[in-house]
Amino acid sequence: MPVPAFLRVLWAALWLALSSGLAVAQAPGARDIETALDKLAADSFGDTEAAIALIARSGVAAGVAILEALGDRRLFFVAGDTAVFYKDAAGRSFNARSGVATDIPASASSVRLNNRLRGQVQAALGSMTLLSPDPAQRLKAAETVVKSRDASALPTIDAALAQEKDDGIRRALEDARAVLTLSSTAAPEPQRIAAAQRLAANSDNESLSLLRQMAGEARGGLKDTLDRGIAAIEGRQKLQLAAQTVWFGISLGSVLLLAAIGLAITFGVMGVINMAHGEMVMLGAYVTFLVQEGFRAKAPHLIDWSLPLAIPLAFLATALVGIAIERGVIRFLYGRPLETLLATFGISLILQQAIRSWFGPTNLSVASPSFMTGAFNVMGLQVTYGRLWIVVFTLVIFALLLVILKATPLGLQMRAVTQNRRMASAMGIRTRFVDMMTFGLGSGIAGMAGVALSQIDNVSPNLGQSYIIDSFMVVVFGGVGNLWGTLFAAFTLGIANKGLEPFAGAVLAKIAILVLLILFIQKRPRGLFALKGRAVDQ
Amino acid sequence: MATSTGPRLIAFVEKRGAIFLAALMALIAIVPVCHLALAPDSPFHISIGTVVLIGKYLCYAILAIALDLVWGYCGILSLGHGAFFALGGYAMGMYLMRQIGTRGVYGHPVLPDFMVFLNWKELPIPWWGFQSFPYAVAMAVLVPGAIAFVFGWLAFRSRVTGVYLSIITQAVTYALLLAFFRNDMGFGGNNGLTDFKDILGFSVQSPGTRIALFIISGLTLMASFLAARAMAASSFGKVLVAIRDGETRTRFLGYRVEHYKLVVFTFSAMMAGIAGALYVPQVGIINPSEFAPTNSIEAVIWVAVGGRGTLVGAAIGAIVVNYLKTIFTTGWLAAYWLFALGGLFVLVTLAMPRGILGAWEDAQGRFFKARPKPAATNRPGPAP
Repeated sequence: MPVPAFLRVLWAALWLALSSGLAVAQAPGARDIETALDKLAADSFGDTEAAIALIARSGVAAGVAILEALGDRRLFFVAGDTAVFYKDAAGRSFNARSGVATDIPASASSVRLNNRLRGQVQAALGSMTLLSPDPAQRLKAAETVVKSRDASALPTIDAALAQEKDDGIRRALEDARAVLTLSSTAAPEPQRIAAAQRLAANSDNESLSLLRQMAGEARGGLKDTLDRGIAAIEGRQKLQLAAQTVWFGISLGSVLLLAAIGLAITFGVMGVINMAHGEMVMLGAYVTFLVQEGFRAKAPHLIDWSLPLAIPLAFLATALVGIAIERGVIRFLYGRPLETLLATFGISLILQQAIRSWFGPTNLSVASPSFMTGAFNVMGLQVTYGRLWIVVFTLVIFALLLVILKATPLGLQMRAVTQNRRMASAMGIRTRFVDMMTFGLGSGIAGMAGVALSQIDNVSPNLGQSYIIDSFMVVVFGGVGNLWGTLFAAFTLGIANKGLEPFAGAVLAKIAILVLLILFIQKRPRGLFALKGRAVDQ
Repeated sequence: MATSTGPRLIAFVEKRGAIFLAALMALIAIVPVCHLALAPDSPFHISIGTVVLIGKYLCYAILAIALDLVWGYCGILSLGHGAFFALGGYAMGMYLMRQIGTRGVYGHPVLPDFMVFLNWKELPIPWWGFQSFPYAVAMAVLVPGAIAFVFGWLAFRSRVTGVYLSIITQAVTYALLLAFFRNDMGFGGNNGLTDFKDILGFSVQSPGTRIALFIISGLTLMASFLAARAMAASSFGKVLVAIRDGETRTRFLGYRVEHYKLVVFTFSAMMAGIAGALYVPQVGIINPSEFAPTNSIEAVIWVAVGGRGTLVGAAIGAIVVNYLKTIFTTGWLAAYWLFALGGLFVLVTLAMPRGILGAWEDAQGRFFKARPKPAATNRPGPAP
């Protein structure tokens, strides 16, 4: 292949001519590089240090490649010669002086570095890439400069700030300048105070630790500014932590509420202990899985719609199962709560085993739709869309339930039957039918909870078991027969649990909550918001 | 003497109790003989595995009697009795762990293997004294008793009743489950306590020790039955039944309901602790899963299946259900065990509210007396 070889030679010649021409045009910078390379070829730490400073000062783009090679020990020299070579990240080798692709002689060895020099290389690279055309590079460079705390980068930062358009990078650069100014003891005090004030407006740990470090040796006005800044940052961090705890608590509380809200109907309104409630949640999650599989097989491009569609389907499926349970078992046991408890526990075992034989005991994966993935930041607080949607979903269901109970004929009849069954019957309400519908409603809501919980928990036959005790605790804590009490209880328990976790750990926090609840029930056996009046006596 | 105490004893335990005790006595006598005296190829030979299995059933029967005493007689549906059983088991397990001594994997003279593994330096205070057998037995009774006393004192005094009580007993065992799963608790975390070597100097693996444990379990079951029967037949027991059938009315009659409940609950928890302590050396392991709320509810169904409020029925229910469980969980039926157990829950509550014994006595009554006894379910008394 003579032609490519010929072309390569021609290209090299052209490149050589071009770069030497540039060398003439940009004489000072290029001369710095030449000198630096001479020093690098000597391979002594002192010379290398001087060379790094020279390259950084030159501002020549070719210097970036040389420094990167030096930092990664890809820079080679031949003892007793001035030739210097480097390899790029892909492993191709070049002559450092000319930039021409060439082979490295076998006698070459890499230029040695120590940790101090490595830090200087990083700092030099940071300040040189501050002017890079790539915004991501510039942002990274600003962070590198902050880490190096090398005051010699200040002029470069000012130059970069003068032409920077991007707001985010401007902020990073200003922060970097503040860090460098504050950490340089040579800078005039008013400038350092201004820098400290700027950093005090941040809430990150790096700014905090720098302020603390500087406060140790500072005097006078600077010291006061630093102390105030530290207090301000600590205060904001505490607030942020509290906000985060509350958010996690609300998130956990919405899960608790979701699991308990159906129970608030069956247990709270009807007085039926439904130990199979958790299994209704589990069934809802499996319906979600089936719907998603259906979409995957028939309409994979609409997969995001599988979750919204699963909500009504899960409601219908579990409501029907619930009605079947009410008709088949529970209606024979009204007035015998302990027997109801046992019978429904038996039903829960049967449902679990049925699902296990059908789908297998392993966890099934239910994918999150695209609108539930990702996260956003609110004042330093990370909020995932998945959790946010679950909170919203829970509140919507709660509101719907309130509407059903307060504003529909069925809700009216439900309340009538709850308050006085015989009177309601005498008024022509079909109490048996109302019982059936109420139980179906409670079960259906549990099924909808399963749709949401399939997003954050493993879909397995044991899904329901892990919620049943918590759900009962929420309903009992809130006060039986009181939906608002359930809402309050769920969020209180969620926030209390998350609030205890930092001190006690997740398991101990849960135990503590359980113990507190057990003690609370001793104090108020009918919950926080007990129903007053005759209903209580039954 | 014998002529006068015999009939009196039978009158005291009732006919079914007498049959039960005689059957137990025969079991204790025959099973070891069948194991030791008969050749392994004889059709009547009982393998050591079966002896251990029956011993396990007997321990469950003690738990069932304890549960029947509170549920069948006093109407307290405890969904946490498995916790008392497990606590008793842990007390015995701690004794057995200390007996391992230098024979553990790490050969530490004092610390059990898992503590050496967790890099602990000294024995935690709850473990002190467990090298002594009498101390361990005392703890197996006193710890469940103390927890039941504190819990009961709080709950009964504030009149937590019915399903509320059931739910919080379940929460208690759930909290203990979570606690014992933690390594920091110092009870072996989720692995629990196992690899036992010997008890009172006898190897736990040897057939002789196992037969001895079997006989002791049988005798303890008899003693538990007699003690529970004594409590139920006394005037104290009559008040318990009165509380079950009409708590408010009993209170208005001047009885301190909460005191009665507290006594029977604590006594029952101690009995469950003994059952657990006997259970652990036979099965050779105790781990936190014994605290699972499901276990406690399963114990309730033994009582319901056998017939609550009869004591004998509870023991029979425990043996029958666990025998069924053994049959179902070994072999191709394994996948259907939970269907069977779940079905049993539904069937018993719907169709046989008085359990096997109740159904049997109803049938007897229909054949011989023409009129069945009035049902003794724990239906709530009329509203005050």
